[in-house]
Amino acid sequence: MVEEIGRTSEGDLIINVGPQHPATHGVLHLVLTLNGETIKKVEPHLGYIHRSIEKMCESLSYRQFIYVTSRMDYLSSHINNHGCALCVEKGLQVEVPQRAQYIRVIMDELTRIASHELWWGAMAMDLGAFTPFFHAFRERETITDIMEKTCGARLTMNYMVPGGVMAELHPDFQKDVKSFIQLYKSKFEEYNELVTGNIIFQNRMKSVGYISYDDAISYGCSGPVARASGVHCDIRKLYPYDIYSKVAFDEITETGGDSYARYLVRLKEMTQSIRIVEQLIDNIPEGDFQAKTKAVLKLPKGEFYQRVETARGELGVYIVSEGGTTPYRIKFRSPGFSNLSALEHMVKGLKIGDLVAAMGTLDLVIPDIDR
Amino acid sequence: MFLKDYIKDVYGAVRSLLKGMRMTGYYFTHHKEIITEQYPDNRATLLLAERFRGEVILLHDEKNEHACTGCSACEIACPNGTIKIINKFDVSPEGKRKKALDTFVYHLELCTMCNLCIVACPTDAIKMAQTFEHSVFDRTKLTKKLNNEDSKLREGVE
Amino acid sequence: MFSLEGITTVIHEWLNNHFSPTLALLTEFILVGLAAIALFALLGLGLVWMERKVAAVMQIRLGPNRVGPKGIFQTSADTLKLLLKEGLVPDGADKFLFNLAPLVVMIVAMLILAPIAFAKNLQIWDINIGVLYLSAISSLSVIGIFMAGWASNNKYSLLGAMRSGAQIVSYELSAGLSVLSIVVMTGSLSIRDIILSQQNGWWIFKAHIPALIAFVIFIIAVTAETNRAPFDMAEAESELTAGFHTEYSGMRFALFFLAEYINIFIVCAVGATLFFGGWMPLHIGHWQGFNQFMDYIPSSIWFLGKTLGLIFLIMWFRWTFPRLRIDQLLNLEWKYLLPISMFNLLLMTIIAIMGWHF
Repeated sequence: MVEEIGRTSEGDLIINVGPQHPATHGVLHLVLTLNGETIKKVEPHLGYIHRSIEKMCESLSYRQFIYVTSRMDYLSSHINNHGCALCVEKGLQVEVPQRAQYIRVIMDELTRIASHELWWGAMAMDLGAFTPFFHAFRERETITDIMEKTCGARLTMNYMVPGGVMAELHPDFQKDVKSFIQLYKSKFEEYNELVTGNIIFQNRMKSVGYISYDDAISYGCSGPVARASGVHCDIRKLYPYDIYSKVAFDEITETGGDSYARYLVRLKEMTQSIRIVEQLIDNIPEGDFQAKTKAVLKLPKGEFYQRVETARGELGVYIVSEGGTTPYRIKFRSPGFSNLSALEHMVKGLKIGDLVAAMGTLDLVIPDIDR
Repeated sequence: MFLKDYIKDVYGAVRSLLKGMRMTGYYFTHHKEIITEQYPDNRATLLLAERFRGEVILLHDEKNEHACTGCSACEIACPNGTIKIINKFDVSPEGKRKKALDTFVYHLELCTMCNLCIVACPTDAIKMAQTFEHSVFDRTKLTKKLNNEDSKLREGVE
Repeated sequence: MFSLEGITTVIHEWLNNHFSPTLALLTEFILVGLAAIALFALLGLGLVWMERKVAAVMQIRLGPNRVGPKGIFQTSADTLKLLLKEGLVPDGADKFLFNLAPLVVMIVAMLILAPIAFAKNLQIWDINIGVLYLSAISSLSVIGIFMAGWASNNKYSLLGAMRSGAQIVSYELSAGLSVLSIVVMTGSLSIRDIILSQQNGWWIFKAHIPALIAFVIFIIAVTAETNRAPFDMAEAESELTAGFHTEYSGMRFALFFLAEYINIFIVCAVGATLFFGGWMPLHIGHWQGFNQFMDYIPSSIWFLGKTLGLIFLIMWFRWTFPRLRIDQLLNLEWKYLLPISMFNLLLMTIIAIMGWHF
């Protein structure tokens, strides 16, 4: 996996990291320039999992292209679908029923929790502790079981459609979500005992990968990466969509800017997501789960943009329509791409072992970057 | 002062490590927490959700009749050409030519289980089965014909 | 009750009656050698199985449970697979050293077996400087590691070997100092004397606070010496290099792998001997009845139980804690463990002189 591929003129080493990682980030190829053990330059080479999703969507209709966006950032697949559905609804000027909005937000938040659980387990595994991974998956399994009962799939749930959701909720949904909330609350203390309070974890993560407030903004970071440096950028608060404006939750920011701050932000976000789900699960109104739309959707000529807050940051869906049944051009502004660009700034001057810790807290999912 | 901080450091560190060990020790002693499913030994009792998206099947009742009229709504809705409907023209006793389903070709190797075909079908003729063991040694087995032999359209379905 | 020393005396008598003394001695050497190799093989299989099962249950899953009842033949299957793999020697590698390195590590592990007392009167060689011998020979394993790193002709193997070497050499200091504090209490370096001095109670109870501190430092130091997590930065999978044994495959890798588990067994045996009395049952002072009851359990069971308990402790560490970075590792040793162990030695000496122990 690691081979020296040359030396620069100053005698620094150039080595490859990846594209096959033992860690779970995906196919990321980094070319590091090292001076001894200190990192001087990090160059990510992308494109190993480029599937031309944006080009494919140009030949699919507005109902059909949503399924392929689940496969972009597969850990927050509901949120991706939600963003696309919202963008199409913006073009069609369709009003989504209240019931569908509630269901969408609950599914979003459950997905966010599941994504952060996997991030937590994978992050601990990168640093060498193998046990938290399995404990995280126990909670994640409960969530995917809930999804399986309602949506039918566990990872790429094609459940959102323009106008609402695809099917009615399973009758067990409320009961299952409530028992999950109980399970989560009883296990959350264990996360702090096992990982957060542990002195070894703290020493590995504090003061590693620092990025300041201004740098986070100038690199275009979003999501927990920017919020850990103090930037207020939660799309659910700034540009609320669906019923986020009616739900009470806090936007979590920290001021540390290092890996430990990013870690704490994601952990506290999980608690906030549970809070949102608790508020909504008992109050889902009756009604339609899907607005009445035409069989064949045609967006009027123009450009439409919608941003949503995925587990990684701000996802932007930009549709350019020429008035036909298929979009002329779709562009996705992926959060991982901008977060990755900040990696070099973060790890310059640190050792190789710190690269792993910093990359873990960036929470990269490479299919999101490559599309 | 340095000594006091030093001792406090050491004490705090040891305490946090012991807390972590207590947690894993708890899981070591409580075997009831093990959640592993012993597949494939538990195939007999395995229960999948009824909405689980396994593969598309054409529903046949006891009289070997199905509800597919050959309208191709699923073929149009499918995003990647997994379904191909081949129609034939039946001649009814009055001499009228009516379109009917000849073969429902389904490419399991291309299907992404996105459920759009099920939603598009106007007569609820197809549904998703709860199977997940689709591996075969010969790829041609994955191109399936979903309507049974000698099955025909049920009466009264439009 | 049943004790193993009976077997050794029987074999010894039989051999001396039938053959000349020299031939009997030679035969005994060969028998002991074979017994050591058999012990290694059994230990290797058993410990790897134990590690996988312990890891699995802590991670709320089942471990190997298909090959044999409860998966006990899993390791034999893995060993068979390793034997059949191609043992590749890289192109520019120094062939002699490359092949010698795993053997050196194994030989050092076997040499350390000599003074360890497995049961009452079941000790290969009761040398009067037993503890010093153990310390000295365990330092030799660093040579094997450096040989492996150098002979691989791989820059990153060398880097990993140097890191391992630095780690082992530093932590030997703290381990040695903690061992020394028990020697201070006993007054003798011989293993037999140390165990017999625990006749009325184990040192960890008799010399209370300093012995406890010494034990904690000892356990941390030997975890670092055997390159186990949380100190396994030099051979970690998700770091950049796999350390000094990157280029090894097949049987040679199996030898390194085995040697790691044997080392764990040995250091735990030493820890059990020094702090928990080796084969000495749990005696409390002069309570005759209790002591006699404890004596019913054979001494080999006592020894095995204590060693396995310490091995479980080391495995517990591995599956709970993440890795330390290499500079944090060395930091821990030089700034925390060494000063504390030196202070502890002083404390232990004061207690020994003033007689403030049981």
